[in-house]
Amino acid sequence: MVSFSGNAEPVRISPKLATELSGYGITHFESLVPVDLFTWQNLFTAKGFIMMAVGGFFVGFGTRYAGGCTSGHAIMGLSSFQWPSLVATISFMTGGFIMANLILPFILKSL
Amino acid sequence: MEIKEIIKEHKHHQFLQENKDFEVRSLDTMCVNESELKHPWWYNLKYLAAGALFGIILVKAEVISWFRIQEMFRLQSFHMFGIIGSAVIVGMLSVWFIKKFNIKTIYGEPVEIPKKKFSKGQIYGGLIFGLGWALTGACPGPLFAQIGTGASVIIVTLLSAISGTWLYGLVRDKLPH
Repeated sequence: MVSFSGNAEPVRISPKLATELSGYGITHFESLVPVDLFTWQNLFTAKGFIMMAVGGFFVGFGTRYAGGCTSGHAIMGLSSFQWPSLVATISFMTGGFIMANLILPFILKSL
Repeated sequence: MEIKEIIKEHKHHQFLQENKDFEVRSLDTMCVNESELKHPWWYNLKYLAAGALFGIILVKAEVISWFRIQEMFRLQSFHMFGIIGSAVIVGMLSVWFIKKFNIKTIYGEPVEIPKKKFSKGQIYGGLIFGLGWALTGACPGPLFAQIGTGASVIIVTLLSAISGTWLYGLVRDKLPH
């Protein structure tokens, strides 16, 4: 049965990720946008401000600087065999790996 | 096609090939292959339909899930790689079909895919975007869909992203490209 209003079942996240996030006090995995992090109250904490305001700024600035986003470079650029898009896609992934593995654990733990 | 139209089309093709303005336009994230035809505003409603469908797919595929993005960058799940990978394959087939059968737009215009030029921005900007992607769990499209799921605070993330694009325009001349 196809429903167009939200998802019937919560995201089944990897147990490894769930264990790691529990250590940072993130225990609700039901919604697509974590309710333990992305709330109006959290916006006025250092952690929330970095994740929402600074993160959003990086997304906008970086996308325009790179001349495209996941759709334009990774999907459409690679589909039409454009090597500058491959460079951009590798850079997107590198930035993400650095943030998720090296910087974000510090932000979630210490702030 | 009439001779007049063929000439017009040829000129348009040359314009797309030789236009030196592309780099600036692509940096401005302005469309580089827009239609020359002028239509009343409500012709744009078809993009609303396509966008709404895209939004539904982003939610259904869990692409806008912050958790899925974390899994991707920690190599803990195949989910996102499978989605992006299959999207690239579908894209390749679409581009191949369009070129092979010379498929036109719904208004009969040819589909042109201009070549992208390398700039250092793809590296520096790409890295900055990657950092933001892992923080917010969203790239530009999903920001809108995240708001749509009821997470109203993401409006702040979206406004920050828009201010980022604005600041880029302000300091562009001082950045390496």
